[in-house]
Amino acid sequence: MEKPVIATTSLAGCFGCHMSLLDIDERILELIELVDFNKSPINDIKTFTRECDIGLIEGGCCLDENVHVLEDFRKHCRILVSVGECAIMGGLPAMRNGIPIRECLEEAYLNGPTVRYTNNEKIMPNDEELPIMLDRVYPCHEVVKIDYFLPGCPPRADLIWNALTALINNREMDLPYEVFKFD
Amino acid sequence: MSKQITFTIDGETCKAEEGTYILDAARKNNKYIPTLCNLEGIPPKGACRMCTVKINGKLVTSCTTRVTDGMQIESEDPGLDDLRKSILEMLFVEGNHLCPSCEKSGSCELQALAYRYRMTVPRYPFFFPRRNIDSTHPKIIKDHNRCILCKRCIRAIKDQNGKSIFAFLNRGHHTKIYVDPDLADKLTDELADRAVEICPVGAIMKRGDGFKDPIGERKYDKQPIGSELEQQL
Repeated sequence: MEKPVIATTSLAGCFGCHMSLLDIDERILELIELVDFNKSPINDIKTFTRECDIGLIEGGCCLDENVHVLEDFRKHCRILVSVGECAIMGGLPAMRNGIPIRECLEEAYLNGPTVRYTNNEKIMPNDEELPIMLDRVYPCHEVVKIDYFLPGCPPRADLIWNALTALINNREMDLPYEVFKFD
Repeated sequence: MSKQITFTIDGETCKAEEGTYILDAARKNNKYIPTLCNLEGIPPKGACRMCTVKINGKLVTSCTTRVTDGMQIESEDPGLDDLRKSILEMLFVEGNHLCPSCEKSGSCELQALAYRYRMTVPRYPFFFPRRNIDSTHPKIIKDHNRCILCKRCIRAIKDQNGKSIFAFLNRGHHTKIYVDPDLADKLTDELADRAVEICPVGAIMKRGDGFKDPIGERKYDKQPIGSELEQQL
């Protein structure tokens, strides 16, 4: 039987969830026996080269580019998992939700204490190469259908391991209490 | 001594004094019914609805309903659990509950109940309301993003004349707790500590305090909320 294929990405995240995935320690050797990796920052494969079984999404959507990547993942992955608080509820980037985007940008580039006297030309980044910020940060399941959610900041390595092996072996996730955390 | 009566919770026979509220009677019988607004020794409010139980097929809040002889109470059934979970989910989407950056995380009752019910994601869309942090008081900091309006602080923190130091400001969706300006200096260090302790979330925090207990040693890190009661069985 062919090995299940995993893809991962970090949208508006800090890569902490990916670090936590690596934090499964020596079980990573077991994992590479169990699965193949496709598009992922771990192996630096930039585009999907085949259809995948499991897509792990870290971070929510704060840019139009995040939405494109997420939709691409939905298209290519049979199962999508929101990994971590940012993917589930926006996380710390979502602290800007409720504040109009103009106000956010003006604080960051014009009025904030570190830029007020240094940004004399009043420059706000506006290059067409830059992805466009969304009006607010969206949890992944508000953009595409998400099948499973692993909470935590980051989700504990044992929770990720538990969930991944459950998905690979077609059994139910246990979500043990000691590793089921929101922080 | 008042009359002892017998009743059942999920089919198990329990005893209590006549006139006791169901939630208190359940506690005395080592039965855990979840709650966010109830506090032992403080008159109940029925604000959070987490303690909803079923009696004769009817849903009632167990903190404000008195137990009667022969009463048959249902507390643990999948329907009720889902109802309670949905209340938690509404509370989570209604405020801004950023657990990763909250000082109360690990010792928060709202979070602990979400753990107990294994809430992974709320079924409702997030509101992301714009709320502020009020740090005008010399002893405490109030974070309105986290407040669930349980009224514990209003009901439990009183000055020596029995006046509530905390109060509600505004109405409806704009309701928030505030410190009565006339009584602000009556909030002693002991009362401030108590307010922080009874706040089920991290809406009231002590100035200069925070992240005191390391991860792994916080109140609900290892054991689910309510297990201290259930383990006494």
